[in-house]
Amino acid sequence: MAARRPIGLKQALGYGALIAVALVLLLPFAWMVSTSLKGNEAIFAIPPVWIPETLRWDNYAEVFERMPFLLYLRNTTVITVFTIIGTVGSSAAVAYAFACLRWPGRDMLFLFVVATMMLPLQVIMIPLFVLFKEFGWLNTYKPLIVPAFLGGGAFNIFLMRQFFLTLPTELFDAARIDGASEWTIFWRIALPLARPALVTVALLTFMFAWNDFLGPLIYLSDQAKNTLALGLALFTGQHQTDWGVLMAASILMMVPVIALFFFFQRYFIKGFTMSGLKG
Amino acid sequence: MRQVWERLKTNRGREATAGYLFLSPWLIGFFVFGLYPMVMSLYYSLCRFDVLRVPQFIGLENYETLLTADPYFGISVWNTLVYTVLRVPFAITGSLLLAVLVNQSVRGVKWFRTAYFLPSIITGVVLSVIWLWLFNPSVGLVNEVLGWFGIAGPLWLQSPDWSKPALVLMGLWSIGGARMIVFLAALQGIPDHLYEAVEIDGGGAWAKFRHVTLPMLSPVIFLWTVLEVIFSFQVFTEAYVMTQGGPLNSTLFYNLYLYYKAFDDFEMGYASAMAWILLVITLVVTVIQFRLGKRWVHYEGGV
Repeated sequence: MAARRPIGLKQALGYGALIAVALVLLLPFAWMVSTSLKGNEAIFAIPPVWIPETLRWDNYAEVFERMPFLLYLRNTTVITVFTIIGTVGSSAAVAYAFACLRWPGRDMLFLFVVATMMLPLQVIMIPLFVLFKEFGWLNTYKPLIVPAFLGGGAFNIFLMRQFFLTLPTELFDAARIDGASEWTIFWRIALPLARPALVTVALLTFMFAWNDFLGPLIYLSDQAKNTLALGLALFTGQHQTDWGVLMAASILMMVPVIALFFFFQRYFIKGFTMSGLKG
Repeated sequence: MRQVWERLKTNRGREATAGYLFLSPWLIGFFVFGLYPMVMSLYYSLCRFDVLRVPQFIGLENYETLLTADPYFGISVWNTLVYTVLRVPFAITGSLLLAVLVNQSVRGVKWFRTAYFLPSIITGVVLSVIWLWLFNPSVGLVNEVLGWFGIAGPLWLQSPDWSKPALVLMGLWSIGGARMIVFLAALQGIPDHLYEAVEIDGGGAWAKFRHVTLPMLSPVIFLWTVLEVIFSFQVFTEAYVMTQGGPLNSTLFYNLYLYYKAFDDFEMGYASAMAWILLVITLVVTVIQFRLGKRWVHYEGGV
């Protein structure tokens, strides 16, 4: 490329814009960390102090004293782990049926599954509550976990199916000729090959279950069963001025999410992208 | 009978049986946690129902009350509409601009993509708590930054005029990066020869954007406009945690009001009627968008 125009200036402008936007988008994180390390005096100082003279780590200790953070963490972990197992397992099985097996009515039914994605949760929320009440499941984790084992959600089925479709069918047909059962093919061939899709679905499910608010809000009433999201919302309602502690609690709740993000960045971003592009 | 058996023994038949077996978790889930609740929801919407006693059939009374006698219904529809109209255009153009920005071929651009995406992993309650603090009128970050430019920021969540724009602003921060990735992938899918064709015709940057980028992106823009509208109709957690519908009901969104009716007042029938009205509104708006979409969305190879 012959440089006819002063490319230096154009690049500088490009970088300038990139940096300016990055600052705007990342400033809230810095502010959050800063607040979590400040005492009330520094928090309400005008003009604001970005780096306080003494870092108040006590805010983090107070999170554990002022709410049963570890209990909430345990509860959230239990729900999240089971939801992930159920969602990944059942959406993979169902997607396998849609992508790798031939049966009458398959493609019509798949369109129908996709269409159910459009259904607002509100339409089924109330009867589900009544149903779970009759099952005696209220104030247990079953309403949050059991449905995950039965299909795992239309979007995850969709995502998984799209991945299975990219696998070569000869592979499956060869195994069939060798007399392998469909379960063996699914378990031994399809699943190991689908690892990227499994990880993506697991991550998206983690994000959903870890942060879910409406579900726990409706189904759980005993405070000892609260999740982190529910506990944090409750704490916010009661102590709206303890910003240092609130930010510390928020950061603690975000740590696993941020860690997973940096560890599985590629899958994370792919999951968000696939959620709209193919179809 | 024998024939059926013969067929089952063939590969095709075995494969079909396996197909239905693998499908069975979804089938059970669909009937128990999808279809049945949906039918019941329609029934409840025609009843007076407080969960403790059996539903009492009252015909269309809930719908009638909602549409003619409940001022909060109108308020919640209006709030949700304003929120949607504010949010969707900004969300689409904002994330498109981000995508163009990180589509530059400069060194280190990958770092910026990650940085822009980072806010997207903050959702729900944590997002709400953080922004509750950022929007603090006197010592919050938002007004602090506005102050650098000599702007006296509004009261945000404490002002009925600014509460909805505040939630929109927060929403943009939290989804911009994720949508950016979608648009970025679409941008990178545009073949170079199309741009070269514009260059040969003597077109500049604007001509490239207008005649290549926009038409090529239109399917993605359309899809995400449709989805973004649906998501905006669902706004709930932010309002529940941050404003509880206030101030002066300015953030009493549709689903928040529905939740209050169902789980605070235990008017389950009434809330079910609201859910069905929302479903109908969502369907109608989506169909209208698809009709309008035909005029401006460019699909390669027709359709």
